[in-house]
Amino acid sequence: MMTQGIWPAVLGRFDWHALPFVRAWENPTASEIIGAGAALLVIIGAVVVVVLITRLGKWRYLWSEWLTSLDHKKIGIMYIVLAFVMLSRALIEAVLIRMQQAAAIDNAGFIAPDHFAQLFSTHGSIMIFFMAMPFLVGLINYVMPLQIGSRDVAFPLLNSISLWLTGGAAGLMMVSLVIGEFSTGGWSGYPPYTELAFSPGVGPDYWIWAVTLGSIGSTLTGINFAVTVYKMRCPGMYLMRMPLFVWTSLCTSILMIFAMPALTVATALLALDRYLGFHFFTNDLGGNMMNYANLFWLFGHPEVYILILPAFGVYSEVVSTFSTKQLYGYTSLVLATMAIALLSFTVWVHHFFTMGQNADINAVFGIATMTIGVPTGVKIYDWIWTMFRGQVRFTVPMLYSLAFMMTFVLGGFTGILLAFPPLDYLVHNTLFLVAHFHNMLIPGLLYGMLAGYHYWFPKAFGFRLNEKWGRISFACWVVGFYIAFMPLYVLGAAGVARRTQGMFDPIFRPWFYLAGVGALILVAALGALFVQLWVSIRERDANGVFAGDPWDGRGLEWSTSAPPPEYNYACIPRVHGRDPFFDAKRRDDPYAPPASYDAIELPKSSMTGPMIGVVGAATAFGLVWHMWWLTIIGVLAIIATVIARSFARHVHQIFPPDEVKRTERRWLRAVAEATPTSREVEMTSVNQGVAEVSS
Amino acid sequence: MKVSRGRPLLFAIPLLFVLSGCDVLKLSVMNYAGPIAASQSHLYVIVGIVLVFVAGPVLLLTPLIAWHYRLSNKNSAFRPNWNFSWTLEGFIWIPPIGIVIGLGFVLWHYTHTLDPYRPIASNLPALKVQAVGLDWKWLFIYPDQRIAAVNQLFIPVGRPVHISLTSGTVMQALLIPQLAGQIYAMAGMTTQLNLAASRPGVYRGENTQFNGTGFQNEKFNVIALSPSDYDRWVEHARASAHPLDAAAYAELFRKSSPPQPIVFSSVPQRLFQNILVQSQEPR
Amino acid sequence: MSANEIKHAGLNLGDTDELTHGQAGSAVFGFWVFLMSDAVIFALLFATYGVMLPATVGGPTPASEYKILSAFLETLTLLTSSFTFGMVSVAMKHGASRRQLLSWMGVTLVLGAAFLGMELHDFTTMFGDGAYPTRSGYLSSFFALVPLHGLHVFFGSVWIIVMMVQVMTFGLDARVKINILRLSLFWHFLDIVWIAIFSVVYLQGLIR
Repeated sequence: MMTQGIWPAVLGRFDWHALPFVRAWENPTASEIIGAGAALLVIIGAVVVVVLITRLGKWRYLWSEWLTSLDHKKIGIMYIVLAFVMLSRALIEAVLIRMQQAAAIDNAGFIAPDHFAQLFSTHGSIMIFFMAMPFLVGLINYVMPLQIGSRDVAFPLLNSISLWLTGGAAGLMMVSLVIGEFSTGGWSGYPPYTELAFSPGVGPDYWIWAVTLGSIGSTLTGINFAVTVYKMRCPGMYLMRMPLFVWTSLCTSILMIFAMPALTVATALLALDRYLGFHFFTNDLGGNMMNYANLFWLFGHPEVYILILPAFGVYSEVVSTFSTKQLYGYTSLVLATMAIALLSFTVWVHHFFTMGQNADINAVFGIATMTIGVPTGVKIYDWIWTMFRGQVRFTVPMLYSLAFMMTFVLGGFTGILLAFPPLDYLVHNTLFLVAHFHNMLIPGLLYGMLAGYHYWFPKAFGFRLNEKWGRISFACWVVGFYIAFMPLYVLGAAGVARRTQGMFDPIFRPWFYLAGVGALILVAALGALFVQLWVSIRERDANGVFAGDPWDGRGLEWSTSAPPPEYNYACIPRVHGRDPFFDAKRRDDPYAPPASYDAIELPKSSMTGPMIGVVGAATAFGLVWHMWWLTIIGVLAIIATVIARSFARHVHQIFPPDEVKRTERRWLRAVAEATPTSREVEMTSVNQGVAEVSS
Repeated sequence: MKVSRGRPLLFAIPLLFVLSGCDVLKLSVMNYAGPIAASQSHLYVIVGIVLVFVAGPVLLLTPLIAWHYRLSNKNSAFRPNWNFSWTLEGFIWIPPIGIVIGLGFVLWHYTHTLDPYRPIASNLPALKVQAVGLDWKWLFIYPDQRIAAVNQLFIPVGRPVHISLTSGTVMQALLIPQLAGQIYAMAGMTTQLNLAASRPGVYRGENTQFNGTGFQNEKFNVIALSPSDYDRWVEHARASAHPLDAAAYAELFRKSSPPQPIVFSSVPQRLFQNILVQSQEPR
Repeated sequence: MSANEIKHAGLNLGDTDELTHGQAGSAVFGFWVFLMSDAVIFALLFATYGVMLPATVGGPTPASEYKILSAFLETLTLLTSSFTFGMVSVAMKHGASRRQLLSWMGVTLVLGAAFLGMELHDFTTMFGDGAYPTRSGYLSSFFALVPLHGLHVFFGSVWIIVMMVQVMTFGLDARVKINILRLSLFWHFLDIVWIAIFSVVYLQGLIR
């Protein structure tokens, strides 16, 4: 029926078997039923959200206050919400992978090979592009402008467009669960396997377009952040006075600007191969997949530092704050950050030592790889010396920082092993490698993001997160990590290949069981995090810190209310040192009201972002399914939107001085009424957001 | 009573676990069976020992300093404005740089001596093998003996083996942990791997690069035999009267995982070269 | 802040329009950064082209396909259009009449369209010779690199039209001025990329 008349033109290559429900109906195996269940979950989730918003009558609020908002703080929060949603999905997928591998020792297990391949491909793609990237971009979005004393980023509209491109791409990932299938080529999508000759289905196309949309969004984000840091700093905020988190944001942005285009080129050329029959990476007619490997890792290695550097920034803030001490070796840390950013472009070949290039090349790239260990080690010691002669408080963010320092060193240990080409030959493509990069990214990214989440949450929402559930979650993340990934080192050393759906040797069984238990503990960790959020919201009145400074903070971001007003600062601050707020509290009264207030101009909300993101995702969907009409309409609609927006003139809103004054007075009154908190009791309800200062 | 009975079990489980766990490593390079893997294994130990001294201080200092300088310890010093010391700075920059320079020399040396393309020095001429990665099996061609085997690689102990690799399909990677590291096999291109077995035995080999739904089945055994046993196997293979003819060849190129290893008594001339050319032609 | 403080590289409005000059700081700097990331894309495509140059697979080669005369004329056209866009910037900076501004923009647009026409003609000739992108890896890389530049010129031309309409609608308000500054950067950037294409791609055709 669907192959006749106009249907092929309208629906492209869609047919009923693209729906997992139909597949599960016709072939009710465990694997297909899991697939249909996942699709159902996505649909139910979407329906529940829609119904809930409708019943609460929140559509208008959501649209005008959040979805179309150009406020960097709201955009940051939306990014992090997206990150948590995607983290939940990808973590469940990780558990399925672990369960399958534990079950499939000398038998078929419960997930079919094709399905298993989709699982590891979505797990990797989501964790990198739609969990890690949104999380760090969201955190930078929220914190960095506050830290440099700015009212917004340099290009607020572009910020919203980036968010929506990322969101649209993540949406495409979710749609791939319900309609069609995802790529089986892993997160790196190596051709020629992902070429039409070997993977004719829609899977690789979903991967290509989701990643391409995401990478364009990230490039734009990088441009936006870099310009913000260079151009929007408040008076006195010289480069060498910037908080370390701003430095790492800057380095990450620079890496995004230069590295993301390589990914865009790699996926675009692969798309040309698949859609127009070009021969970049095909086996035949002069294609060469080695060029893909180079392009992909030219992006892929800097990407590792795009992910890790912001976390390094968070640790720098957290360790200094919770040790009540100036950061040790500020200049050293800045130099080390820059060195890491630069070196990250010189090591990409270590991702394919085994491709047959000569020993000289491998050795040069191996040594370059080891060299990165030096600035990284320096950073860790700088944090240790920051705690030295300080007063360390073991709050949740600090616990994450300590766990990071010790765990990350182990990852570095195995990283140096892998930097030796002769050793890499033995464990490349095995679970050893999988263990290694999880060993880098879980402490080096996830712990950092979670530390930042706990640290700045009170700033963003005006109340502290529950301490007990935070610790439970922390314990699960750490214990779970060790139990889930240490066994993989052993298995990898024994030659178990990654991405393996089944094993044949019972000797592996205990280690896979152990790793499976670890994965479940990690799920418990995420669960505890959600419980924590729930509990914290319920007891938010008891833990309010509207005054804005729950941790005796050091940077500017703590010098305004929690949550900050839309314009961040009633008057643009002036900075005299590296810890401006901390020093101001000890020198004079940082809460003294200014003589007068000026009107403040900020950009108005705009629907351009949602428009471009949603239409962009629809265009990509049309490309995946060969619904050319949708693609053409989508491209034209995007161009029209951009042109129309360039004609818009009244794009600013004004906050009159009276309103600013009222808001500011209300906050200053709360500050005056709050009892200053000593550090011993900052984790209790006594904490109202004003720090007790002893000089 | 229950507690005391439970206790031995409580210790027994981890103990059993460790014992059975260590068993796994007999499949790894730690249980090496050839000169290349032996060197690699030694290199692991050397680098590992150096790295203990790199990671050790962090693992010790982090908890010690954090705990000693905890807020509730009123006996520890507190210098909130202390933020720099040239001595410490030298301590955190210079030794790591020194270690990296030292390891750099080690790396340069071993990367060259353990280069998979480097022939293994020996009085005996190397046995030539051509390996072709297919979906989802390995075809090993012995060009000089004019025989071939699928998912089974027989080699003589004590004689170097030189493997030329290519792929008849997508990219694959050949790994035999107890003998040598891996190298990619790519269509239209040849890569090389040199290895040797120093004792008879059966060693696991596999493709480690995901290549589709039969990937998990793409394993094979490397069977190292004494030279005389090996010669006997060659004779046996030739006598099997199962040539790699056009029909067998077409069957091999079909996507499948053969349940049993296959031995071919004869092989067309220049098969490997033909596969190289063929994979670059339009489909 | 003094009027002459340079907020970004290139032609700026410091002397004649201090207010817009102040606003243009981050806007134009941001566009420079964007062009850098675009330059990375072109650089990688050049690298890909270099890698794939030998992959002719018995098909057309640079020597057989490139027409140096045509490429030279295209170069002249584009370089001239860069000059005329320079005149747009000068006219905008020194408050020339709107008609003068629009005519320079119009001339640039015509030159851009002429360039695109000539390039399209080149491509059709190549297709006629059997030199189409699916023929070989080398031709794939050629058709990813050179038409991408053409696509940029096309969107640049659309942008010129939009800016002409905006000049007519809004006059030279701050946003129009800033966008013309950006557009001029874009147009000159395309010129630089083309010079690279002419040197790296088309001059190869002379090597026989």
